[in-house]
Amino acid sequence: MNFKLKIWRQANAKAKGKFETYDLKDASPEMSFLEMLDYFNSTQIVQGKEPIVFEHDCREGICGCCGLYINGRPHGLMNRTTTCELHMREFNDGETITIEPWRSAAFPVIKDLMIDRNAFDKIMQAGGYITINTGAAQDANTTPIPKANADDAFDAASCIGCGACVAACKNSSAMLFIAAKVSQLALVPQGKAEAKERVSRMVAKMDELGFGSCTNTRACEGECPKGISISHIARLNREFWVAKLND
Amino acid sequence: MGSIFSTSIGKKLVMSISGLFLLTFLLVHLTVNLMLLVDNGETFNKAAHFMATNPVIKIVEPLLAFGFIFHILFSGYLYIRNLRARPIGYAVSASDGTSTWTSKNMLILGSTILAFLILHIANFFWKMRFGEVPTISYDNGITVMQDAYPLVSGLFIDYWWYDVIYIVAAVLLGLHLSHGFWSAFQTLGWNNQKWISRLSTIAYIFAAVIASGFTIIPLYFLIFK
Repeated sequence: MNFKLKIWRQANAKAKGKFETYDLKDASPEMSFLEMLDYFNSTQIVQGKEPIVFEHDCREGICGCCGLYINGRPHGLMNRTTTCELHMREFNDGETITIEPWRSAAFPVIKDLMIDRNAFDKIMQAGGYITINTGAAQDANTTPIPKANADDAFDAASCIGCGACVAACKNSSAMLFIAAKVSQLALVPQGKAEAKERVSRMVAKMDELGFGSCTNTRACEGECPKGISISHIARLNREFWVAKLND
Repeated sequence: MGSIFSTSIGKKLVMSISGLFLLTFLLVHLTVNLMLLVDNGETFNKAAHFMATNPVIKIVEPLLAFGFIFHILFSGYLYIRNLRARPIGYAVSASDGTSTWTSKNMLILGSTILAFLILHIANFFWKMRFGEVPTISYDNGITVMQDAYPLVSGLFIDYWWYDVIYIVAAVLLGLHLSHGFWSAFQTLGWNNQKWISRLSTIAYIFAAVIASGFTIIPLYFLIFK
């Protein structure tokens, strides 16, 4: 398969970036999107040109590193997939593929397609954890948790922190990410003890870092590779004002 | 507690609560307006007189003004803040279709409705409150009140383009509400996997009632009068 690749090139965080267009020949339909980029980079390197920088790690859809904005959508045209799970057979031969980094004031570009997602780590450091030392795993029946709550918490916990929600949101809001992180702990007894402080601190940090606010467009939910529901955002809102009432 | 309004979610709560308050106002407003269709003005005039003199409405009126002001100011503030959150936009934008056009264009819809609101206030409220409106008496001269009916019917009968403006505004308002209604509950935290489809269905019904209700009135005067 042949493609025309329109890729965002930016030397560093301060440089002014621009799109460069490249022709890629003889890509295989079985290649994953990242393998296609690896192959493209190998063609660049043999020509003595600088390869494009993009982030990747696990290549099995669980690390959240490979966020690329492909043809106008986070992680490309397939629903519930990360970029590494996207294959070239989903594209048409000869197609122009536009690849951009996530665009958000809170996610500055490091180089080319690689962005700095430290803002998510800072939000997690603000309260996305349980402070007690849990020690060894207890017997499963020591702390009974209703099945529905456990399922909901598990759905929330499937968030891989890739930032597709921020990328998809017209406001660059991180609400789905924070909602998932608040929900996964708010729904289980271990997380309830610190629920109020947690939600207050995480939302304050989100505002401080320059993420936008939620206008309930549901774009995040549609683009989340893990299909996390905006019902978690409703829970976040609920947890938040209840916490603030007690302030 | 007070610190809630300095946060983004707190500001959204203001949008939500003021929005819900304005929704209830719309229902009352529509109910009174539908009296225009009942007879040749007596029922409507009496309803308008009740609204103008009732002490409860007197108290609610300034609250309503604040509701509008808060809803408008906070939307502007949040919009600017949200713009700053993405200084560089995307070259290509596609969608999987999850988000509706309405949900992404609430500010445009709201701004158009605001422009209409100013015209609407100048058309009716301002004239009735601060202008000279002839009075009419009912029940053998016992009750005397402003004759608001000719003000409304005259505008809709004599100027067809006002009918068009009012109908377009009603449709845009309906679109605004089709997102705003369920969105308000989502912001308040009253939503989950089950209620999400229920609330959006109720939102569409509510929006259709308001839009069609306010559309019927100019259409009635345009066609039948």
